[in-house]
Amino acid sequence: MPKRTDIKKILIIGSGPIIISQACEFDYSGTQAVKALKEEGYEVILINSNPATIMTDPEIADRTYIEPITPEMVCKIIEKERPDALLPTLGGQTGLNTAIKVAETGILDKYGIELLGANIDVIKKAEGRDSFREAMYKIGLKVPESAIVHTIQAARDAAEKIGFPVIVRPSFTLGGTGGGVAYNSQELESLCKSGLDLSLNNEVMIERSLLGWKEYELEVMRDRNDNVVIICSMENMDAMGVHTGDSITVAPAQTLSDIEYQLMRNASMAIMREIGVETGGSNVQFAVNPDNGELMVIEMNPRVSRSSALASKATGFPIAKIAAKLAVGYTLDEIPNDITKETYAAFEPTIDYCVVKIPRWTFEKFPEAEDILTTAMKSVGETMAIGRTFKEAFQKGLRSLEIGCAGFGAGPKFNFSSMDQRDLELKLKIPNSQRVFAIYEGLIRGMAIERLYQLTAIDPWFLVNLRQIVDTEKEIRKIGFSGLDRDFLRKIKQYGFSDQQIAYLTGTSQEDIWELREKMGQKPVYKLVDTCAAEFEAFTPYYYSTYEVEDESRPTTRRKIMILGGGPNRIGQGIEFDYCCVHASFALKEMGIESIMVNSNPETVSTDYDTSDKLYFEPLTREDVLHIIEKEKPDGVIVQFGGQTPLNLAVPLAKMNVPIIGTSPDSIDRAEDRERFQKFLQKLNLIQPANGTARTTEHALRIAQEIGYPVVVRPSYVLGGRAMRIVYNEKNLKEYMTTAIDVSSEHPILIDKFLKEAIEIDVDAISDGENTIIGGIMQHIEEAGIHSGDSACVLPPNSLSPGLIEQIKEATRAMAKELKVIGLMNIQYAVKDKILYVLEVNPRASRTIPFVSKATGVPLAKLATKVMMGKKLPELGLTREVEISHYAVKEAVFPFDRFDNVDTLLGPEMKSTGEVMGMDESLGLAFAKSQFAAGQPIPLQGTVLFSMRGDDKAVILPVARKLRDLGFHIIGTRGTAAFLSSNGVPCDRINKISEGRPHILDKIQDHKIQWIVNTSRGTRTTEDSYTIRRAALNYHLPYTTTTAGAEFMAMAIDTLKQQTMEVKAVQEYFTGKTGK
Amino acid sequence: MKALIALEDGTIFEGESFTGPGETTGEIVFNTGMTGYQEVLTDPSYKGQIVTMTYPLIGNYGVNQQDMESYAIHVEAFLIKEYHALPSNFRSTGNLADLLKKYNVLGIQGIDTRALTRHIRLGGAMKAVVSTEDLDPRSLIAKAKNSPGLESRDLVREVTCSTPYGWKDDRPAPGTHFSTAGPGAFKVIALDYGLKYNQLRLLAARNCAVQVVPSTASAEDILAMNPDGIFLSNGPGDPATLHGVVETVRNLLGKKPIFGICLGHQLLGLAFGGTTYKLKFGHRGINQPVKDLLTGKIEITSQNHGYCVDLQSLNKDEVELTHINLNDSSLEGMRHKKFPAFSVQYHPENAPGPHDSLYLFDRFIEAMK
Repeated sequence: MPKRTDIKKILIIGSGPIIISQACEFDYSGTQAVKALKEEGYEVILINSNPATIMTDPEIADRTYIEPITPEMVCKIIEKERPDALLPTLGGQTGLNTAIKVAETGILDKYGIELLGANIDVIKKAEGRDSFREAMYKIGLKVPESAIVHTIQAARDAAEKIGFPVIVRPSFTLGGTGGGVAYNSQELESLCKSGLDLSLNNEVMIERSLLGWKEYELEVMRDRNDNVVIICSMENMDAMGVHTGDSITVAPAQTLSDIEYQLMRNASMAIMREIGVETGGSNVQFAVNPDNGELMVIEMNPRVSRSSALASKATGFPIAKIAAKLAVGYTLDEIPNDITKETYAAFEPTIDYCVVKIPRWTFEKFPEAEDILTTAMKSVGETMAIGRTFKEAFQKGLRSLEIGCAGFGAGPKFNFSSMDQRDLELKLKIPNSQRVFAIYEGLIRGMAIERLYQLTAIDPWFLVNLRQIVDTEKEIRKIGFSGLDRDFLRKIKQYGFSDQQIAYLTGTSQEDIWELREKMGQKPVYKLVDTCAAEFEAFTPYYYSTYEVEDESRPTTRRKIMILGGGPNRIGQGIEFDYCCVHASFALKEMGIESIMVNSNPETVSTDYDTSDKLYFEPLTREDVLHIIEKEKPDGVIVQFGGQTPLNLAVPLAKMNVPIIGTSPDSIDRAEDRERFQKFLQKLNLIQPANGTARTTEHALRIAQEIGYPVVVRPSYVLGGRAMRIVYNEKNLKEYMTTAIDVSSEHPILIDKFLKEAIEIDVDAISDGENTIIGGIMQHIEEAGIHSGDSACVLPPNSLSPGLIEQIKEATRAMAKELKVIGLMNIQYAVKDKILYVLEVNPRASRTIPFVSKATGVPLAKLATKVMMGKKLPELGLTREVEISHYAVKEAVFPFDRFDNVDTLLGPEMKSTGEVMGMDESLGLAFAKSQFAAGQPIPLQGTVLFSMRGDDKAVILPVARKLRDLGFHIIGTRGTAAFLSSNGVPCDRINKISEGRPHILDKIQDHKIQWIVNTSRGTRTTEDSYTIRRAALNYHLPYTTTTAGAEFMAMAIDTLKQQTMEVKAVQEYFTGKTGK
Repeated sequence: MKALIALEDGTIFEGESFTGPGETTGEIVFNTGMTGYQEVLTDPSYKGQIVTMTYPLIGNYGVNQQDMESYAIHVEAFLIKEYHALPSNFRSTGNLADLLKKYNVLGIQGIDTRALTRHIRLGGAMKAVVSTEDLDPRSLIAKAKNSPGLESRDLVREVTCSTPYGWKDDRPAPGTHFSTAGPGAFKVIALDYGLKYNQLRLLAARNCAVQVVPSTASAEDILAMNPDGIFLSNGPGDPATLHGVVETVRNLLGKKPIFGICLGHQLLGLAFGGTTYKLKFGHRGINQPVKDLLTGKIEITSQNHGYCVDLQSLNKDEVELTHINLNDSSLEGMRHKKFPAFSVQYHPENAPGPHDSLYLFDRFIEAMK
């Protein structure tokens, strides 16, 4: 069937900010789909609040709305654009849920707008627990015994009937938020409470626990002719009980015989048909009883998902692209397979390698949270690795994680050798982020596979493979460096051992092993990912390394540049850097230069085989990258876009004479090295806060004494403010030095004077070595001391004097010139008492590049790439700073609701996972949009609670006054209430929790409070203020923890009382402006 | 134990035996299925062939009695990337190496099977030798060249049953069976050219009393048993060499409903007056897309064939095309316009592979009604 001609304009809903369980895989899928639809001649309208996405680049969709993804805003876009159809299956759970709410307003019927792919009934049938269960019974499939409940009493009854342990799953939530395993009635109660709150329709399911069952996923596609194909099967190494997003996942399924696999395939097809997904892709999850093969259906997602992105990368089959084409009427046999060119999408990919996905967690950022994995996802990123064997892929995956391990064991980190057996078994039994390392230790100790299986429920097949790795490690230790002959070396490389591991085991260096391999001719070859196991010729250059005979790489003689990506997403390094890498690739394409991408993150646009001329899906380690460089011999390597990961490789690569293009590694070092940086600033007559470097506790105390408290302390060379604290006195400093970090002469501690209540400013600039243009000056809303990644900020600055702005520009230009920056540069300034301080200079792409580019319409990363290739800015049409007449506000989004016991206070350590942008001519509306987009609704009436620490009371007074004038009822805790009342703002006092009932919590539970403003210095979780913040989080109450944030909220409320938020496409902001 | 694989074009691949010593020759082919190694090994159609699996990890889920598709292993040697000796699956009753050893078939691992597959794709299926005993490449290449290959060999004779049998209680049962057929059962004669048990299983499940007879059975003998339908099974080798068998099929045409699979399909094509040709490297796997031209629907099929009925050779007035391969547009199914006879090139009985094509067995039942 040919494509439909009765529809012309299609609206797509994106997934919004990066949060746990909904990350950049939806940008990958969405971008692919938008491109596919445009290719077919459709007009595409897009809404997404996340400026760091490729899909929101103005040239991707026809009209792009960077607006809050709320039903109200989507309706406004529909009113304005009048699309013919809405494609709801590309924006994850956010897109699906928003589409349902939009449909419920009746607007789709009103304008005759069709839902493509899955209609409302289908979505509800798949997502509603009850309807899904009914559907499964109807087609003879089993689902775990369960009960749908709406009250806690009903939950109790259900659990009695089913028997503990039970799984609690709220309906309509992402990544299993609020779900978990309850072993007793107490746990059941607390899980149900939060579950009922989180569920969109106040519904949770109490379900029979299938702990220990094997978990599988199938990716299914269907066209309007009812043709159904399976794209990929995946097996989770972690058994049921751990969320798939937190499981190590292997593709294809490893321990199913054909009969069992086909039963699962049949079931998936029946489910697809019964649920009624008309066209597109879905993901079906199964559990299998390891003892008898009993099959249960767990869930199905009628949309593209994290798993579909992984399946696409694992097989080379672009699910989202094909889903988009199916949605507009094509059938599978009409869509060509890009990779083989001679075959069609109507087939089932078969692969001739093993794929391993490993999640990356950041429990270290949330030390209060327990490191336990359950049915609610907690990981923030993942790596994928491809190898010819599971062992090879698994070890590659582990070293791709960049957590300091070079593979499975054979290194100093995550060493549990001193742990006693009981604790080790506990670590094996209760799933946690370091369990694989506990398995390693168990194997080293000689624990039997059977025992390990008993404890972990990980299928023995995987455990046996892991034991083979450990046995080989023992062999390497025994044989030693001198025993490494050609055959043995080859075997251990085939088992995925890195040079670093081999060096560790033989007491030599990475360089020694590299040299030995060189001598013995042991280098990897590159094989293709081709969807068909070499049955057809493949045309898409998507490679992975392995130790085999034949090499399929085809280096060209063209001019070529290699881009090193950012590896797995983590807090502090995520989609923003991938955005820059992708832009580098686009720029190279525009210049006719071959682009070669290296990355290990399956969620990203950069690892789409379509993005660059060549893709190497490889770990970003010195060894792996050097191998590719040796093979491809690129003319240059770009390290300044992928964040800290490639930057850390700059020096080792430069030492091997790899041509690093852009700003020189020496300049990078000059900005990073404390002493060199100090001299650099002195030379330019710029000021930095008083500071010092300490190598002992005594030394630290002396420095702090000299420069005066409060001080900011942090270990040197960290990203995202890891272990960074503001310390107010000697006692706290001692505490920090002894408990928080290991200080040594190798790892000194940096101590800076903390500029209290200073305004912080972020500047992104681009330089070609001669000319420097400021890309954007962003004024932070929160005061200095809060990590720049966690601060909201305004572009252009809202309260800086023209003189100061000029001073900032001059300083920026001077520094760019002195550092001979070629490419991008980010500088953080602070202003206090009218003095401009330089806090930090990073001669590389920053987290704010996509935000600035979207706000100003200037594609900075692309321009920077061209500059690195030798172009001058005037040649590129960039001769002066772009002035904008609107405001753009960036707001951060936090994962606090994922972690129990974590305080929501902001500090110098970054904790946000993503960001949103609000754009408007009015600053108040721009801020309001950013808040709605971040999921923080702004109340227009009701009661505001103030609970302020000492000095903040005076600062908040005008805010309280304004709110009173706007008609709000003001309440406060004792001190705050007294202060406000005595200063002319009537304020009712409310009890803190320790002061007796009724107290704040009672009021929150009764929905008597609409907004909480709370500032506090202490972060101790025992304090009252912590309980208030946590309650606000749990009850989805807007809360603000800084005075500056409160001021902005008050301003936004004021504006919203007079004006409503309207939508405006990005393209409308920049018509006729530069930005090629 | 080191092993060498030598191809007739002079290429050498290296591996190691996981089943002990040995030497064998055959035609080298690849299979792209990611599951189903035991069914592949025991499929008689692979007689005379050395099979390499493109999926690198083999042995993972062990072996069991249920997945035996015939009475023995038929591949001449089995070439893989990595053998897994400790299987994990609730149905597993043993490991792959022991099964191979039981039937004296070489299993070789450590091979760059992707390189080998690419080589076969580019050079075509070719004669090869696998050895752990002779490690002299030159000698091995000569042996490969001098080996018999598939051309002009009657391999069906080597795999067909020697005496008739039936299917009872999910296993082969010796003797004749029509006399004990239940009420209303369809009496089906299955001509065994190297059939797979799942064909019998699926017929039995559709209320058929199946009588398997050797490939040498004559049309008169078959018709004398007065069956309701005749099933032509799959089997190994070049159909063009099977003159006698083709003659038998021709004599059955129009007498009783006929359903052919794979070699059975090719024999039917020859009986229809068509010709067959050899594909460069064949179709072997479980992901081949086939379009049913009668319904327009696509089915993903299990395939294992190196020969093909020439689409152009068929008389379009007499024979209707029913199925086509979406990858290379080769003929996948046909039916006679006058006689109740139809066939497919692929394996609707799966084992291994998707269950998308079971409707063909229902069509056969319909034809017998």
